[in-house]
Amino acid sequence: MSNIVVVAEVRAGKLKRPALEAVSAALALAQKTGGKVIALVIGSGLAAATAELQRSGAHKVVAVDAPGFANFSGDAWAKVVAEQCRQDGACAAFMPHTAMGKDLLPRVAALLDTGLITDVTALSYDGGKFHAQKPIYAGKALLAVTAQKAPFLATLRPNNFEVNGSGNAEVQQLTPAPGELLSVVKEIQAAAADRVPLSEAKVVVTGGRGLKEPQHFKLIEDLAAAFGPGVAAVGSSRAVVDAGWRPHSEQVGQTGKVVSPTLYFAIGVSGAIQHLAGMRTARTIVAINKDPEAPIFKVADFGIVGDAFEVVPALTKAIKDALAHK
Amino acid sequence: MDIVVCCKRVPATDSAIKIAADGKSIDPTGVEFVLNPYDEFAIEQALRTREQLGTGSVTVVTLGPKESKKELTTTLAMGADKAVLLLTDKWVYDSYSTAVTLANWIKTVPCKLVFCGKQAMDADNNQLPSRLATLLGFACVTEVGKLTLTDGRLIAERDIEGAREILDCRLPAVISCHKGLNEPRYASLKGIMAAKKKPLEELPAQVVPPALTVDSLSLPPARPAGRMLGNGIDAIPALIQALRSERKVL
Repeated sequence: MSNIVVVAEVRAGKLKRPALEAVSAALALAQKTGGKVIALVIGSGLAAATAELQRSGAHKVVAVDAPGFANFSGDAWAKVVAEQCRQDGACAAFMPHTAMGKDLLPRVAALLDTGLITDVTALSYDGGKFHAQKPIYAGKALLAVTAQKAPFLATLRPNNFEVNGSGNAEVQQLTPAPGELLSVVKEIQAAAADRVPLSEAKVVVTGGRGLKEPQHFKLIEDLAAAFGPGVAAVGSSRAVVDAGWRPHSEQVGQTGKVVSPTLYFAIGVSGAIQHLAGMRTARTIVAINKDPEAPIFKVADFGIVGDAFEVVPALTKAIKDALAHK
Repeated sequence: MDIVVCCKRVPATDSAIKIAADGKSIDPTGVEFVLNPYDEFAIEQALRTREQLGTGSVTVVTLGPKESKKELTTTLAMGADKAVLLLTDKWVYDSYSTAVTLANWIKTVPCKLVFCGKQAMDADNNQLPSRLATLLGFACVTEVGKLTLTDGRLIAERDIEGAREILDCRLPAVISCHKGLNEPRYASLKGIMAAKKKPLEELPAQVVPPALTVDSLSLPPARPAGRMLGNGIDAIPALIQALRSERKVL
């Protein structure tokens, strides 16, 4: 009971970066438990993802690569993960805190009759027990817990753990049948390929009510695009989502997504407590607002008081220039 | 169809959080408690499903303190038929305990469909719906933003990172409800009056011990004071300089 299983998420054949973060976090703990890290990858057409995992530092890669697993199915995958944990005598299993992780790991926890802590930002192992920390109340407080049942399961917040493993792991290929599925993915409608998901973006540019009209979000999109393809995502405040200007999938804050990018821009966002809860762990926060008293300036590292319609286009140009002359 | 909705009493999202003297829970003084916002979507979807089918019942259940009767009464006023309070005086933060307790209760009532909010906005666990489904042997789709029920099958849509998944889901099922699924109704005056006559049952909860124990609850470290760089476009060079030299992000 000393091995750690990491469920490595693959979407559309591509290994997700948070999977590598989870492998690295598991490696650090496996040194203390004295066990090995097993990266488990499930899907169809996994050659590239498997090769990448081989170099991730994991001691072993188990690839469940079969057409029946082409699309994610919580029922079928949970059984595979639970079985792998039993076979490996796992003391822990980790996954990124993503749509898949949030769906899958609670099922695994129920199958293994054990605990799970989600959206973890810090992990440790001592005294023969796992300890973890997670933000609750959308980040207004931090909860520290100790696991009392085994195995210990956790989903890890993306963009929060370093990727620092390397190696050349053995690979075990499995081709089981998924069995009966209670729910089946019929279709996946992909967003534009150059769009990076909000929760994984290194840079988030968020617009709020200060933009006055939905069409002015062009300014926000242009600033995000200035960072190049696949780097920055557009976020929205709750006010503009509730007004129907932007989709809920863009909402940052307590009833939306919690993000922790390297760089966060809040533009025309006043900074309601629910919004601050969703972005306060960003590494660097820049606020641009007409109102010098706006609460957003209390959490910002850098503030500019000004009209978004003047400042943002000039800032977009300045960032393009800066990135062109690195 | 008999429908169960799981809901929870949580601090309002605009509440400031203070830590209690035990260092392990929040100080509820001055905090307004409300029905978990995501649970409103769950109740609305249950009511719409009952209305669509023209038959069946909606029972709302919560695991919580006696004060939760306020939130349960709200759901009755919205149109639920019956409410059940599984009474506990402890803050149940661990989804392991919550799921086992609720699943054991659901097994005692007729139920083909369970709606839950996608997460409770206190512990933000995101676990209950798919744990419940696994314990009950039900199908499950989480974080659903669109749902239709035709001929005894559910078509559910949910956002994943960078895409939207469309799933075909059989019954019985647990559906976890996301914002955007519907527009929850307000309780009408008539509904509020009717709620007073609807059954609100209270049972002692059989809460299993948690799988995780709390060591501490603390406030996050305050961010270091920021810097105002000035007004308008004149401040941009200073910002670029700071992002490049100090923060190394450009």
